[in-house]
Formats: sequence, C-alpha cells, structure tokens
Amino acid sequence: MRSASFAIVDFIAKHRVGAVIVLLIVFPLVMPYQALAINILVFGLYAVGFNLLFGYTGLLSFGHAAFLGVGAYLCGIAIVHFGWPWYLAIVAGVAAATLVGVVIGYLAIRTRGIYFSMVTLALAQIVYYAFYKAERWTGGENGLRGVRVEPMQLFGFTIDLVDPMTKYYVILVFVAAALWFVSRVLKSPFGAVIEAIRENEKRTAACGYDVARAKLLVFTLSAAVCGLAGALRALHLSIVPIDSLHYLQSGQAVMMCLLGGMGTFFGPFIGAAAFLWLEDVTTTMTSHWMLVVGVIFMIFVLFFPKGIWGSLLHWMRRDSRANEAVGETVVPERAL
Amino acid sequence: MIELSIPLLLAQLTTGIALGAVYALLALGLSLIFGMLTVVNFAHGAFFMVGAFLGVYFLGLTGSFWFSLVLAPLAVGAIGLVCERVLVRPLYGRGIDDPLLLTFGLSYVLVEAMRIAFGIEGMPTSTPAELRGATNLGFGFFPTYRLFLIVATAVVVIALWLFIEKTRFGLIIRAGSRDPEIVRVLGIDIARVWLIVFGIGCAIAGLSGVLAAPTRAVNPEMGIPVLAESFVVTVVGGMGSLPGAVVAGLLVGVVYSMTSLFAPDLAELSIFVLMAVVLLVRPQGFFGKAGLMSGT
Repeated sequence: MRSASFAIVDFIAKHRVGAVIVLLIVFPLVMPYQALAINILVFGLYAVGFNLLFGYTGLLSFGHAAFLGVGAYLCGIAIVHFGWPWYLAIVAGVAAATLVGVVIGYLAIRTRGIYFSMVTLALAQIVYYAFYKAERWTGGENGLRGVRVEPMQLFGFTIDLVDPMTKYYVILVFVAAALWFVSRVLKSPFGAVIEAIRENEKRTAACGYDVARAKLLVFTLSAAVCGLAGALRALHLSIVPIDSLHYLQSGQAVMMCLLGGMGTFFGPFIGAAAFLWLEDVTTTMTSHWMLVVGVIFMIFVLFFPKGIWGSLLHWMRRDSRANEAVGETVVPERAL
Repeated sequence: MIELSIPLLLAQLTTGIALGAVYALLALGLSLIFGMLTVVNFAHGAFFMVGAFLGVYFLGLTGSFWFSLVLAPLAVGAIGLVCERVLVRPLYGRGIDDPLLLTFGLSYVLVEAMRIAFGIEGMPTSTPAELRGATNLGFGFFPTYRLFLIVATAVVVIALWLFIEKTRFGLIIRAGSRDPEIVRVLGIDIARVWLIVFGIGCAIAGLSGVLAAPTRAVNPEMGIPVLAESFVVTVVGGMGSLPGAVVAGLLVGVVYSMTSLFAPDLAELSIFVLMAVVLLVRPQGFFGKAGLMSGT
C-alpha cells in the first residue's frame, strides 16, 4: 500500500508540469465561481515567478509588484491606446516587465541579503510613482480603464473572453506554458547553479560560476514570469488598478510564497490559492482582513517557515526515511 | 516659471532640512536596531504611524502637545518591547530573512489595529498652539513648527549620541554591535540589551511620528511610503551607521524639497533616483563599511 502511494508521488514528481495542468483543468469545475479561479491562476503564476528568485535563489525581493504592474499596464496600454490585439498586448507586457527587470536587477544585485530586500522595495517605488504621475497614459490614481478584449477567430472557433470559462482556459494556456518554462529552467544546469547560490554563494563563485550574471538572469526570468501574470490579470479584470504596483502587492507575493512553501514547485500555487480563498472567506465576515492575514503570516514565520506544502513534504520525507531501510522509495522532495 | 531668488532658495532649503529631520530620526531608529540586532524592521513605518495616531490621541486626552510628545513615544516603545520579546526573539539564530518577514506581518497587524481603534479615515491634526505662526530668519519668514522640528531632532540626536558614547549602557551597545559573543562571555545579558535597543528604536520611530503628524495627513496607510523613504535614507547613509543616518536624512530631505521647487512632479521620484546613483557609485553608502553591503 505504502509503495503504491509512493509510486504515485514519484510519477507526479517526474511529470510535475503535467500534474499541475491536469489539476488546473479540473479546478474551475469545483470552484464556487470562476472569477476566484482565474485570480488563483494569475496570482499562482505571480507567486511561481517570485519563488524562482526567493525560493530557489534565496533572494528576497520586496519589489515584485513592479513587474506585475508593468506587465499589466503595458498590456493595457497596448490595447487601450494602440488598439493592439490581446495576444500581442501580452507580448508587449511581458517584454516591458523583462526590460524593467533587467534595469532593477542590475542595480539590486549589487547588494546582498537584507539590503537586497530594501533596495528592490525602493526601486519598485520609482515605478509606482512614475506610473502614478503619467496620468495621460495610465489613468493615474483611477487606474487604466477599458482594457477590452475583442472576440477573435482561431481555427474556425470564436474565442470570446467575456465568457468566464473561456477566459479561464485561455489564461490557463499561457500559465501552463510559463510553468513548463519554469520547470525546464529549474531542471537545467542553470537551475542547479541558482540553487547553489542559495546554499553557498561564495562557494558557487569559487567553483567558477559567474554568480552576478546568474543572479541577473534569474531576476530577469522572474520578472518576465511576473509580467506575464500581470498582463493576464489586465485581460481578466479589464482594468489595471494602480494598486498593482503598490508595495503591498509586492508583499502579497512574499506572503503567498511563504504560506505555500518557498523553494517548492507546487508551493506557490497552493499558497496563492490558500491566500485568496482565505481573503474571500474572511472579507465576507469582517472588514479587518489585514489583521487576519497578518496574524496568520506571523504564525507561519514563527512555527511553519516551510509553509503548507513544504511542511507536508517534510513530514512525508521523514516518513519515507523510516522506510528507506526496508528498501522503500524516497519521495523526491526537490522535484515537488 | 517661478521667480528664483536667494531668499526663496534658502526658504526651500530650510523646508528640506525640516523634512530631512524627520527622515534622519526614522533612519536613526532603523539603523540603531540593525546595527545591534541585524534585524531590518519592516514594521518601522507602522511604528511611525502608530506614533502619529497616539500623539494625536494623547494631545486630545491631555490637552498638551508636550505631554503627547513624551507619552506617545513611550507607548510605542512599550509596544516595541513586547513585540521583540514575544515575536522577534524566537527568531534569533534562524535565517536573516525571518525577522524581516515577521516584522512585515507585524506591520499589517499594526495598521489594522489602528483602523479598529481610530477608524479608517484617519485623524485631523493641527499645529500645537505654542508653535503656530512664523519666525523671521533674516531671509524671510518660516513656519515656527518646522523650525521646532529641526531643533527637536538636534536634541534627540545629541541625546542619543551622549547616551551611546558616554554611558555604561552605551558602551555595552557599542561592544554588542561589534561582537555579541564576547559581550556575552563577559557576563552581560545580551538578550536584555537587544530588547532595550529594539524598544528605543521603536520609540524613536514613534517620536518621529508624533513630530511629523501636524505636517501631514494622519491615516493608517501613512507609514507605507515612509518605510520606503527611510530605506532610501539608510541605504544612502550606510546601513547601521548613525552619522550616516543623520547626514543622509538631511540630504534626502533637501533633495526632495529642491526637486519639488523645480519639478514638482518628480519630487517623489528624486530621492529614489538619488539612491540608485549612490548604489552605482558607492554601494555601501556614505558611511557604510565597504563589504558590509555585500556581507551577511
């Protein structure tokens, strides 16, 4: 019985992207309403992008709202001001977020540890104020309104994003592609290098790896993934609120990632789902949602720093360690 | 276009110094805690905000600005002591990010606590009666309250300097920030020192909140931009350096007010650009030790 369940876990670990996608295809069918499902999809991707940097490279950024926001705004601006079709607008959003990622990353990786967190926070504020002031393009305080998506024809089918289920599955296609990409990056030798940087930066440099370049690259990739999440969010909401660039939005990525389990593949998605579900439930009961999330977050930092998924994996591995002696398979924790 | 003149520039410079005084105080508290505990207090902006609220509250309660100026920082310091003892202390010895994450969660709780206690709208503030009006500085009239800000900051900075350089406890603080291990070996309860330093840092944040309250809108979200700005000051001045905090605080204030004279739209941006330039040219900041920025 035990070995059968481990065989399943083993199978999932080998086909982790496929497993997530299958889960996400079924997901909206069991959710109470689709808007929440789409939110979880978008923020799950946002947390995955953030996790690439925080969980795998060990760099705690407090400025990732800049990439979510720039991705969302540029996607929105391309549609509202230039009348681009939505798929090109997504490309514009991701490209812009990547570019901002290079610039902020170039400055931020000159610092380490907690300075990195402070500097990314401060640099993200530049982006916030810049978009806040550029009212003609961004709508300033009111946000960018009217991000409308026209129905399009593809292989004889009409894709109309007004229908929530269609919207969910269209967004899922992009999320799935991004997940595959992230999984591929993590499995590559480069993925091993960034994890080595997390474990021991000096030693990685001594082994002959260009640490600064690897950091800048992973920062940029992380920004691109978060930019995609932002662009998809713009299509979902058909408005880009100025809050997308806010410091608290950066903090949300940190919270989701830690809640789910940093440095795990599935953790950020689980964290995003738990966070948004919790928000959905508590805001119907009390207006003091921040108090609830603040307390829960502190409890996790103090007692469960591995997060929901990470703690679960830890517990499973301890269990499987006990079985190792009698020839059982060990859960491949790293892959999950 | 504004008519530029020497008096106008001088007035704007003084405004900048008054603003910078608040920044300097904020950065002092942040640097004091960091230098000693190597904890970046992400709730620093929230403590500033709590200080502003309690200042207005005690002003209404006692009717005296001077009482609120003493009571509010003491109250904020007390909250800081409890937070250190209950929440931050269990995290010593764990990763460097953990206290940072915890204080980030704490800032959520403090913001919401103020919303529950005083409402989401914030509180109206006014300049205390004794400090209203303007004072002639020779080149023009200047709001008395802002002059008071500069004087009050100078008093706090000098008091703190005397405390750290001239007292026995200050000696322990200096030794502890250099090598906590040796201090512990010498038979000093370093955990108690950390507790008190965290409390003092929070009290200073609270004091800057009380002082800044009459010059800005008091609402639960006021601490958020302040947190980012005080990070800019500490990065520019050099992390953990107290002189750096003061010099960079004043510089950031002056840069802000000068930019708002010439290009009002760019005022908020200017200080972050300043930080970016400092990062490129001198990553450790003005007074930071080389290598500290890339250490830990």
